[in-house]
Amino acid sequence: MTLSDFLMLDLPPLLAAIMAGTTCGLLGSFLVLRRESLIGDALSHAVLPGIVLGFAVTGLRAGLPMLVGAMLAGLAAVALIAVVQKVARLDSGAAIGAVFTTFFAIGLVLLEVTGARAVDLDLDCVLFGQLETLVWTEGRSAAALLDPQALSALPRQLGLMAGVALAVGVTVALIWRPLKLICFDPAYAQALGIPGRRIEIGLALMVAAAAVAAFEAVGSILVVAMLVCPAAALRLMTDRYNTQVLGGAALGAALGAVGYALAGPVPAVLGIDLALNAAGVIGTLGGLMVAGAALFGGLRPRRPARLPAGSAPAAG
Amino acid sequence: MIPYNTAVVLLGCALLGVAAGTVGTFALLRGRALVADAVGHAALPGVAVAALIVALVGGDPRALPPLLAGAAVAGLLGVLAVQALTRTTRIREDAAIAIVLSSFYALGAALLSWLQTLPGAAQAGLSKFILGQAAAMRAEDAMIAAGVAAVSLALVLAAFQRLRAVAFDADFARVMGLRTDRSDLLLLGLIVLVCVSGLQAVGLILVVALLVLPAATARLVTHRLPRMLAIAATAGGIAGATGAWLSALRPEVPTGAAVVLVAACFFTLALLLAPERGLLARLAMLTRRRLSADTEHFLRAAWEAQEAAGAGPGTAGDRWAPLGAVAGARGWSRGKAWRLAWWLGLRGLLARAEGHVHLTPRGATAARRAVRAHRAVEHHLLAAGATDIASADRLADLVEHGLPPEMAARLLPEPSALPASPHALGRRTR
Repeated sequence: MTLSDFLMLDLPPLLAAIMAGTTCGLLGSFLVLRRESLIGDALSHAVLPGIVLGFAVTGLRAGLPMLVGAMLAGLAAVALIAVVQKVARLDSGAAIGAVFTTFFAIGLVLLEVTGARAVDLDLDCVLFGQLETLVWTEGRSAAALLDPQALSALPRQLGLMAGVALAVGVTVALIWRPLKLICFDPAYAQALGIPGRRIEIGLALMVAAAAVAAFEAVGSILVVAMLVCPAAALRLMTDRYNTQVLGGAALGAALGAVGYALAGPVPAVLGIDLALNAAGVIGTLGGLMVAGAALFGGLRPRRPARLPAGSAPAAG
Repeated sequence: MIPYNTAVVLLGCALLGVAAGTVGTFALLRGRALVADAVGHAALPGVAVAALIVALVGGDPRALPPLLAGAAVAGLLGVLAVQALTRTTRIREDAAIAIVLSSFYALGAALLSWLQTLPGAAQAGLSKFILGQAAAMRAEDAMIAAGVAAVSLALVLAAFQRLRAVAFDADFARVMGLRTDRSDLLLLGLIVLVCVSGLQAVGLILVVALLVLPAATARLVTHRLPRMLAIAATAGGIAGATGAWLSALRPEVPTGAAVVLVAACFFTLALLLAPERGLLARLAMLTRRRLSADTEHFLRAAWEAQEAAGAGPGTAGDRWAPLGAVAGARGWSRGKAWRLAWWLGLRGLLARAEGHVHLTPRGATAARRAVRAHRAVEHHLLAAGATDIASADRLADLVEHGLPPEMAARLLPEPSALPASPHALGRRTR
């Protein structure tokens, strides 16, 4: 494999996988800590109609309209879930299941009705992700890395992902303390006057944005793996908040990079004729990571402290 | 005349919907609805591996039974994985479901991409399991799916008492000596069966909707389990048949999406129109309550305006009260007071003339009742130790409306003169 091969064919998808992994890994910890993992699942499905409509209205792929459409759809989904949960008095799982499947179905039908599928927005992209289609035609040599003109020929999806990653990172840094409080003690946070509802909505918006950004890389469904797996693996290994959140981002990035490498480049270097769907490998690795953490992770399940033998149990 | 094949597929999808609605009801009541999501997604690698094995032994890779068996095994593995992860206690069930569905599905995606590179047609038609395609179903496939659905339906009916006990009060059922773990296992098995039978028609991503939406619709409409089961089964059956029919008419629309959208229509209708829990019913009830509270407040304000004008307690009722005084006493805008006066005039409770209102005999009776309830509560609160008259007034404003006459009579025995208001009447000071 030559350098130009790497720059043209491997660098863009690798960057995309790493950026998607970082953003999702960062946000995933909040979802897992707040026991809202399924909101991540729901949002990753529910943004589909927004993406399709944004695309259908403007005809642009991977642009701001898709992002806006997806965030609106995500917001609508979160609001609807809350309404359904309250009105129908369903448990949150059922409310989520009722809403996100409807949104996803609407997205599928829109995909056909608007003709978006025929043009550019492939159903396979939704289902499996299309990391492999990201190529950098100008990346012929190392010099291109410094050449603004060549850099501008990088796939535009990368620009969107970088923007979302930056925005999410800055937002999380800005509301670091309130977020922490809301994760661990929402009631106390509310007593302190922290606008919990607004932060929740902000979190949902960020997840929706991350889902759109990662949509290109891993598809609409495997975003869930990137959101939940790194965070859950760390949840099994650490009790420290900083390690959990920042480690989640790092683990997500590593997951993206290693997964992409194992799917194509590494077998190619080893001379094995094997090219797998990169998103699939990333998700599978995520699951294996959680399984490994569950089997060999340092922290055992918490049990109530044993009383010394012979001592009477405490009253109450 | 519908062709034989289409008719069989329609019937199969209807039966599938009936089974999904029934099993979904118990899954919903037990709080296990989203396990179906994990089972559905987890089926993908099972289908892929089964196709690979069948191709290796030289069978027909498009034969349905081995694929469905693979899906069932993978679905069971998925359920077990969710339970194992939950047992770590550090990962909650929601996170466990998300992990299992995404990583199993990812494994399936990777396997599918690998199968595509293999010679032979092992992967042919596998992707139709993802979104479902009833239009491509053969009659014998539909019969297999319908058979699985019928088996799960029969199992539900056989274990009805057991499932009902667990769905409503698992702890009580355990105390009564029922093996709730077995019932839960049965329920999980039923969920897997229904998901697997729905794979080809609805697809593995959306099959969860077939369990959740009809059951949630029924939950909105009724409180009684037999009725809920009947409604869920009907809604599921109609959604399944209609979705398959739509997909037969427009083959490019994925069947899963069509089925889910029909089910979602039922759910939306129930959400809006359900007799007790529906949004419109609640809105109507809220408006009715607010209007009756406003009515009582208006009548009392009209009465008290006359008292303040010098009629003395208990004797008001035959003078004209200025509308402005009523609005001022309640802190209402003139427009709102005018609209209420118009409405009460229509109901024959008062007469209006030149910006004044006059209580009719019926209006005076209602006003006296409202004043009595308000003062009874106020005096009761003050006697019970409330020190702040203004807040007693405000609290009485909130609680007096639900007060039945017998209750007011207990607070303030009838017959007695209407007591004086503990506070000055007239313009609000809040």
